[in-house]
Amino acid sequence: MILAILIMVAIGTILAAVLANSAASTAQRQQLLTERINERLPQTQCGRCTFTGCKPYAAAIARGEADIDQCPPGGDATAKVLADLLGRPPQPVDPRFGVVLSQPLVAWIDEPACIGCTKCIQACPVDAIVGASKFMHTVIAAHCTGCELCVAPCPVDCIEMRTVTDVALS
Amino acid sequence: MTPALHGGLRLPGNKQRSTQKPLRLIPAPDQVVLPLDQHAGAPAVATVRVGDRVLRGQLIARAESEISASLHASVAGTVLAIEPRAVPYHRNGPSTCIVIDNDGSDATASVAAVDHAALDPRALCEYIGNGGIVGLGGAAFPTAPKLRRGQQNDGPHLILNGAECEPWISCDDMLMREHAQQILRGAIILCHALQAARCTVVIEDDKPVAESAMRAAQAELHDERIVIQSVPTIYPAGGENQIITVVTGLEVPASGLPSDIGVLCHNVGTAAAVARWLDNGEPLIRRIVTVTGSGVTEPGNLEVWLGTPMSQLVDHSGGYSGSIARLLMGGSMMGLALPSDDLPVVKASNCLVAALPADLHLRGMEMPCIRCGNCSEACPVMLLPQQLHWFARSNDFAALESLGLMDCIECGCCDYVCPSQIPLAQQFRQAKPALVERLTSKQQASLARQRYESRDQRLERIEAERQAKLAEKRKAMTQNNHPGG
Repeated sequence: MILAILIMVAIGTILAAVLANSAASTAQRQQLLTERINERLPQTQCGRCTFTGCKPYAAAIARGEADIDQCPPGGDATAKVLADLLGRPPQPVDPRFGVVLSQPLVAWIDEPACIGCTKCIQACPVDAIVGASKFMHTVIAAHCTGCELCVAPCPVDCIEMRTVTDVALS
Repeated sequence: MTPALHGGLRLPGNKQRSTQKPLRLIPAPDQVVLPLDQHAGAPAVATVRVGDRVLRGQLIARAESEISASLHASVAGTVLAIEPRAVPYHRNGPSTCIVIDNDGSDATASVAAVDHAALDPRALCEYIGNGGIVGLGGAAFPTAPKLRRGQQNDGPHLILNGAECEPWISCDDMLMREHAQQILRGAIILCHALQAARCTVVIEDDKPVAESAMRAAQAELHDERIVIQSVPTIYPAGGENQIITVVTGLEVPASGLPSDIGVLCHNVGTAAAVARWLDNGEPLIRRIVTVTGSGVTEPGNLEVWLGTPMSQLVDHSGGYSGSIARLLMGGSMMGLALPSDDLPVVKASNCLVAALPADLHLRGMEMPCIRCGNCSEACPVMLLPQQLHWFARSNDFAALESLGLMDCIECGCCDYVCPSQIPLAQQFRQAKPALVERLTSKQQASLARQRYESRDQRLERIEAERQAKLAEKRKAMTQNNHPGG
């Protein structure tokens, strides 16, 4: 009789410990979900989703503070993948966040016009622009994600977005 | 007993007609067209200009990247143009070509014969690269980078591929019949370049004449490293990875290379070209092309200077004998349909098939998949074509990737056996570029993420340093002010 009580108490303690452990990992679970969402985002880091990069957007989705239709670079394909992951009905990208492009673009600097102000270098989220103060800047096309964040800061408007094939040919 | 290949097909070879007559060299044309990107890898860079006079065998374009091949003039004459022209090996429009006007003099650039044993393997490999040698089995992969990869192995096993499993093609068969010694010379040179311990020459058992010629040449040579092996005739046992499995019983890992399992495979034609370059000083400027099909009057094998228009090959084979349904470069299973015969012979042109409707495995109306499984039984790389078909239709690239679409060799066995006549191989060929794009964009995304995260860390660090400096300054200021205040 006593032995039976002891066994039941022991089982209860163990189960309680397991339960407590899993409750403590809610934050961990959210982190894991953020990671899994982030893996599926295109990593353009353009901020069109209104967050500062892909990871903050992923975290916002995981917390339920952002919808899955805010990523124009990923397009409807990414929206669908996220819908599959989160078990929601698929939805197209909301046009308020930007246009879905048919082919990827990269930034291109009209080098003779560049005055070497370094503003684009500071704006680039992936360090894909090389150059120094008062020296010409250039875009490393292979690293450019096409986020367009460098276009607006340029004081002489010498940056434009081109298709990958145009840049390869020039 | 040789290990069997999974699946594969026994196909009618259609090789008898083109092997009746001996090889013959056809005269060089008035003009040759030599594309700069006729090999796999980066295009060669032209070293001549329009108006330059060149000799036969002179270097006209140099390989300037790791995977590329040099190009030599196949006739003596004047460079007429360097311009985009239509080419027979891709559908992406014209490629830059060097056009040479033949002056008929046949003046040849003299290159001294080189003793391979006097060169160390690395230098020999480089020298082979100078000859513009590429794989002559059809893929035209530059030989020098392939050898360099093989040199990383310790005494690799060299396989010379004379299987030639695809219907209609018989250029390797004729080469083995008539130039067996040259092939074995090439084998010895390649063995030296690779420091190979063993060399197996593989011949399918439907070529008894070629096999006996090779065995006779080997008996004369007395080199115990070289073995001649006969294998059953099964399509596509002559594919690079397939022949390695048939000979060694080992499987080349998915997305890996033969050198990963200590094997290197070259075509017998490549070995002969290497021997000709070292012994006779002739770079790769001609090759053997099978001209066949029911649509030519006298099928046969011709030795052709590179850049010769295909129409001349047909003229030298007695002309067309009927209304051609399709003109193919390569065999009937994997060959590429050509839009016209006004295209130049390139290093990869092993065969020209002028097919009448009766030669073709013409397809009826496509019907729904009945999931019979014939395709997966025929697939030599053990894929599940019926599943791939499903996912290729729905553009499910994640599923295509996990089912191994990239391992498909596009041999066409699955469509050949499909009772619903679904063009499976064509579907897979079309789906592959999209999958490659997806895989590279995935890779690029992970790179962009790394760069973004390291930039974030750097900015945080800079900000922290700035704050620390500011705090220090403030502290110093308050200390200075204290005595005064």
